[in-house]
Amino acid sequence: MDNWRKNPVVFWLLNVPPTFWLVVFFIVPLTLIWVLSFGEKRGVIDIEITWTLDNYIRALDPLYLEIFWKSIWMAGLATLACLIVGYPIAFAIAFAPDRWKALLLLGLMVPFWINILIRTYALIAVFRTRGYVNFTLEWLWERANGLLSWIGLGDWHLLGMRYEPLELLYNNFAVNMGIVYAFFPFMVLPLYANIEKLDKSLMEASLDLGAGHWRTFVSVVFPLTWHGALSGIIIVFIPALGAFFIPDLLGGTHSELIGNVIERQFKSANDWPFGAALSFLLMYATFGALALRALVAGRKPGLEV
Amino acid sequence: MSLEHRGRAPIGPLEYTRRWWLRAIVAVTFAGLYAPIVTLVAFSFNDSKRNIVWRGFTFKYYEKAWHDDSLIDAFVNSLTIAVINTGISTVLGVLVAIFLWRFRFPAKPLYEGFMALPIVIPEICMGVAMMAFFARIGWPTSMPWPLNLSSIIIAHVAFSFPFVAVIVRARLVGFNRELEDASKDLGAGEWQTLRNIVLPYLRPGIIAGALIAFTLSLDDFVITFFTAGPSTITLPVKIFSMVRFSVTPEVNAASTVLILITVVATAVMMRLQSPTGAKPPGPEN
Repeated sequence: MDNWRKNPVVFWLLNVPPTFWLVVFFIVPLTLIWVLSFGEKRGVIDIEITWTLDNYIRALDPLYLEIFWKSIWMAGLATLACLIVGYPIAFAIAFAPDRWKALLLLGLMVPFWINILIRTYALIAVFRTRGYVNFTLEWLWERANGLLSWIGLGDWHLLGMRYEPLELLYNNFAVNMGIVYAFFPFMVLPLYANIEKLDKSLMEASLDLGAGHWRTFVSVVFPLTWHGALSGIIIVFIPALGAFFIPDLLGGTHSELIGNVIERQFKSANDWPFGAALSFLLMYATFGALALRALVAGRKPGLEV
Repeated sequence: MSLEHRGRAPIGPLEYTRRWWLRAIVAVTFAGLYAPIVTLVAFSFNDSKRNIVWRGFTFKYYEKAWHDDSLIDAFVNSLTIAVINTGISTVLGVLVAIFLWRFRFPAKPLYEGFMALPIVIPEICMGVAMMAFFARIGWPTSMPWPLNLSSIIIAHVAFSFPFVAVIVRARLVGFNRELEDASKDLGAGEWQTLRNIVLPYLRPGIIAGALIAFTLSLDDFVITFFTAGPSTITLPVKIFSMVRFSVTPEVNAASTVLILITVVATAVMMRLQSPTGAKPPGPEN
């Protein structure tokens, strides 16, 4: 690597165009909404910068605190679901024979290349009242009923008179499934990278010494791979926290998350200072999560006894 | 013993992939990942308006989509934005990559942190920032096509070029700097060395970076949603408004087209990125 003084002309030629773009079209807009978050709305488009903290105080209103809390809760729940399903999948990929390994990784990634909005839309056909989950359940219900009549219990209507389709769409459940479906590979990839690197002889030693598979997972595998889990948790949690079109398309009237509130302030409600304050709160939460990860990852990985 | 030898070997303690429960979890998860997409694509060819039962194969929703002017406009806008974004982002990304690889300077970690910022901040924050920025500086909104797309293109470049830089930098790690020194020793200047030595070596990385810029732009919904005006609809924004209005097979057809383009572009990119993919023309082959 050269010291920049050695060749200042090349240094500036390489540096100026991208730095210019980043500063003017990224740092300046961010700074602008940071400043706007201390402003007051005066008219339809007039905003006066008064350096007031009112917008942040308004965000502490129980109404918004509840939505903030709910966003964290929903994002956390979806992240947990990703983690629970992600571990076995990452395990399967890491322990698969080489030919299968590449195939499984590719199989995991391909849906992820598809537009997130389209994937969210695709879930509607699966979850709606006349959707595939309900069709499958109805089919199972009919089979079970048939079986009951066959053994002579048909007249009792043990499973009810007819199949009642489950309401799977336009509620919090659908939003959670949407978030999981959107960000699932983000969880599996870092987990896989960590399990792949894991010294398998440690697992053999644990199994040899009489621990079962579950015990081996809890006491050996998890402590050695939780850095991967942490990376996965952070990169699922952050976008999940800011999601706004997933609750918009899949959620019901009570599924609003913080992303929707921000969107509304900038679009229909037209209260930019408040929206700006909320987006900065979201950004601070993101940086907090990233800092936490850096802090934890900075410590030496290993078995802490 | 002899019995076991005749059949398959017993499952070893670490042969998790041969255990039925793990296979079942993998099968169910992959089915869950693919079922919605397969359904979406299949029903774009279904000859039924209600999209619930299969009533025969048809192309009519593609035809309908093809005759929907607003949909075609959105598609043309998306492609135009993606192409221009790819050009600008690739140049900027390559500049950043070479710059960070080549020079040591004060506050470099800080600079790198700033470059990574568009990758890490929540999309919605960047979206509203772009919306506020263009509104406050009074960026003209009623310009002739394709100039009316300029604000979207600018926003797309701002989030795509750091990705290009990451990919090109990964390729530069394997570059043998002695080649550069040899070139300069033999009398080539900076520009000649860059053109004849560094850039040919970087070519697969640059193509991969260009493709990621293309897909990121074509796929982006959140940032475009906030930056776009009423006359500058892109395909994802159009699909969003269609989905909100009603679920129709035309949406499936438009989505299938977008899926096809992004999947092909990404597959090509992955191939170029992999070590067994295209080798650069150079002394090693």
